[in-house]
Amino acid sequence: MNIILKKGLDLPIAGGIPPEAAVQSVKPGLCAIYPDDYPGLTPKMALKEGDAVGVGTPVVYDKNNPDLKLVSPIEGTVKAVVRGERRKIIRVEIEAGKGLEDVTFKFDAANPDSFRSALAQSGLMALIRRRPYDIVPGLQDYVRDIFVSAFDSAPLAGGLFRLPSNAYELMEKAVEALSRITDGKIYISYPAGQNFKAVKGAQMVEIAGPHPAGNVGTQIANVKPINKGETVWTMSSVTLCKIGALISAGKVDSEYTVAITGPELKTPGLVQTIAGASVEPLIKGRMADDSRHKRIISGNVLSGVSVGADGFLRFPFNQITVIAEGDDVDEFMGWASMATDKMSTSRSFPGHFLKRLFRPDARLNGGRRAMILSGIYDSMMPMDIMPEYLIKAILAKDIEQMEALGIYEIAPEDFALAEYADASKMPLQQIVRDGLDYIRKELE
Amino acid sequence: MASLRNYLDKIKPNFEPGGKYSAFRSVFDGFETFLYTPKTTSAPAGAVHIHDALDSKRAMIIVVLALMPCFFFGMYNTGYQHQLALGLNTFPFWDMMIYGFLTILPRVLVSYIVGLGIEFVVAQWKKEEIQEGFLVTGILVPMICPAEIPLWMLALAVAFSVIFVKEVFGGTGYNVLNVALVARAFLFFAYPAQMSGDKVYVASGAPFGFGQVLPDGTTCATPLGQIATQAGPDITLTGIDGHIISLWDAFVGLIPGSFGETSTLCILIGMVILLAAGIASWRIIVSIVAGGLLAGWIANLAASPLYPASYIPAVDQLMLGGFAFAAVFMATDPVTAARTNTGKWIYGFLIGVIAIVIRTYNTGYPEGAMLAVLLMNCFAPLIDWCVVQANIRRRMKRLKTSKQ
Repeated sequence: MNIILKKGLDLPIAGGIPPEAAVQSVKPGLCAIYPDDYPGLTPKMALKEGDAVGVGTPVVYDKNNPDLKLVSPIEGTVKAVVRGERRKIIRVEIEAGKGLEDVTFKFDAANPDSFRSALAQSGLMALIRRRPYDIVPGLQDYVRDIFVSAFDSAPLAGGLFRLPSNAYELMEKAVEALSRITDGKIYISYPAGQNFKAVKGAQMVEIAGPHPAGNVGTQIANVKPINKGETVWTMSSVTLCKIGALISAGKVDSEYTVAITGPELKTPGLVQTIAGASVEPLIKGRMADDSRHKRIISGNVLSGVSVGADGFLRFPFNQITVIAEGDDVDEFMGWASMATDKMSTSRSFPGHFLKRLFRPDARLNGGRRAMILSGIYDSMMPMDIMPEYLIKAILAKDIEQMEALGIYEIAPEDFALAEYADASKMPLQQIVRDGLDYIRKELE
Repeated sequence: MASLRNYLDKIKPNFEPGGKYSAFRSVFDGFETFLYTPKTTSAPAGAVHIHDALDSKRAMIIVVLALMPCFFFGMYNTGYQHQLALGLNTFPFWDMMIYGFLTILPRVLVSYIVGLGIEFVVAQWKKEEIQEGFLVTGILVPMICPAEIPLWMLALAVAFSVIFVKEVFGGTGYNVLNVALVARAFLFFAYPAQMSGDKVYVASGAPFGFGQVLPDGTTCATPLGQIATQAGPDITLTGIDGHIISLWDAFVGLIPGSFGETSTLCILIGMVILLAAGIASWRIIVSIVAGGLLAGWIANLAASPLYPASYIPAVDQLMLGGFAFAAVFMATDPVTAARTNTGKWIYGFLIGVIAIVIRTYNTGYPEGAMLAVLLMNCFAPLIDWCVVQANIRRRMKRLKTSKQ
């Protein structure tokens, strides 16, 4: 299956991974689990501070679905449970050290119920998302299809996900087991021009075009859109390999290869580390030594989380991007600027025509406004969606209109590029997240 | 520049809540964000971390920039027409520019002071940031009126339009009708004597004592005004001094008319700026021209002495009156135009058709472009609704087939 996308944009940002970069291995002393990374989950602590854990020990479980767990990625002890307002769990910190043995999960991958339960118990279910709502799947979901993206087209992410050497074997195992969960197909999408071997049992989809080609939302919309009442699961090929590893070894593999990128780094590169690792050792010695304020993002510049130098690697554990914060810049009449270092989709900036890499900072570059210019969102979304009208329906909390305009097909990340390009600087991803949460609350 | 920044930082506390001048917070904020790009940075989570360099200030300024050729030509033409009316045949460039400038300056000032004043008050009252929508409206209004429109009338029209067309709907981005055009329509219907007829389109005064006052009773109708009173298949258009107006004159714009609307050439330059910068929608402009040509061609095929304007060839129609200006600067206002791509084609095409139909078959109004744009502003949401319904139906159909 071949898909060619025209809409979208590859942002030319400096600080990509050099092709010859070697993978550096970093063993973190501290890891953290952020329940907020798993939307739809109401976290409850399964352990107390000071308890010993091993790789795969359940640390947090879902209040509504106690079988659904978040597990420890390392061996050690629970160092701290950091709580926010109304005792909401912000994060659970786990210190590496002597703890328990790795947990071995025993299940029958050929039996869908046993397999589903193992996915939930091992914390891997939390790495899967379901649409509608872009949340962690329910245990009993009737799954129409499963969509797997084998690449990340976001800025600096580096295309194909970096998988373990026995990836095909693992993916085949996972696909075989997952095919018993869904009546439909398992689609695996990879970028055109890449020699990606077909995985037995899956429907391969070759996608050409700029970002957001790698987003599962884009792929679903162009392969087989979601209708009201249908549920699909989505995941990355990295998660697919983790599932394969669980089936073949019965253990949770919490190692990830992380792209360390961004214009504010001297030496971008690749690091192999553990899910939830503290960020500081990952970027040590790589930061540019200028005096500018920096923003350290776990994830890409479009949908990541700003974590700070003392923060932790956040789901999906595949990228760190460092950009300038920009709150230390006084720019005189920036709206009139003809400087060539401004990145823009607008032809009114000379930089638009230059083949160069940009070093954008985190400023909004303007004030927040109502929607004024039209057609910008549309040009950034290769989906059959009317983005402006869907956003308006969400803002108006008009559930009927949201359904009619396809809210079940989208996730916040699908609007990320539109949010970047928006001259009115509207917080589109937050609006979509709030809309999805609202409609779920009203309908369930 | 550092000293300006320091000065702003020093006086800023006075404008914050509780400060001495907190009643002028929105004014200060407006100037500060105009001078310096705000330092607001992206939210830490749930949002993008980088934003495009384009903001609405720049978008608006580009429109103002695109209007400048028309504006400068308007200054020249105002002086030129005045000189013609005096019966002179020398046209010293700077004299005419200064005459035009002195004539229009008070109008521009009044328009901006009244409009921005209202915007500042509303922003302060609603505790919002001042928005830059009026930057464009403020210069558009004097450009689409006769150069010597009385100041009080202009002030009244701008105030009416900003308050009742924009602010009551929620401000910039929420208005249904084009603010500048409503100001003009307000004047047209409230003060027809000062907005039409054959006296108002040539400046007669001596602004700030510059130039000579025209003798009473000097008349010169705009080309469209002349056409409305002629009866033949052979239409002759004449300038103030009786010379025949050629198609070239109409294209360059040395004809009587509203201050900024006469020069199709300058409008084309503005159009190139808007399209090159990607601010205006080419779909709207192309479809208006197509609609105008089609309606003009059909009208011309069935030309009848009852409707003298039907004798004008379709191409000439586009160059007379406010058609070109409306197509490039009025209909393309993204807030009041159709917002879907399909909708833009329909919206533009109907503006073109209706403008020529009004102009040709409604002899009461020699100019139809303004009314056509306002009418289609009203219908733009309906057009978009139909386009959006098509998307919704597609989704419903998909649902039905998947259930079978």
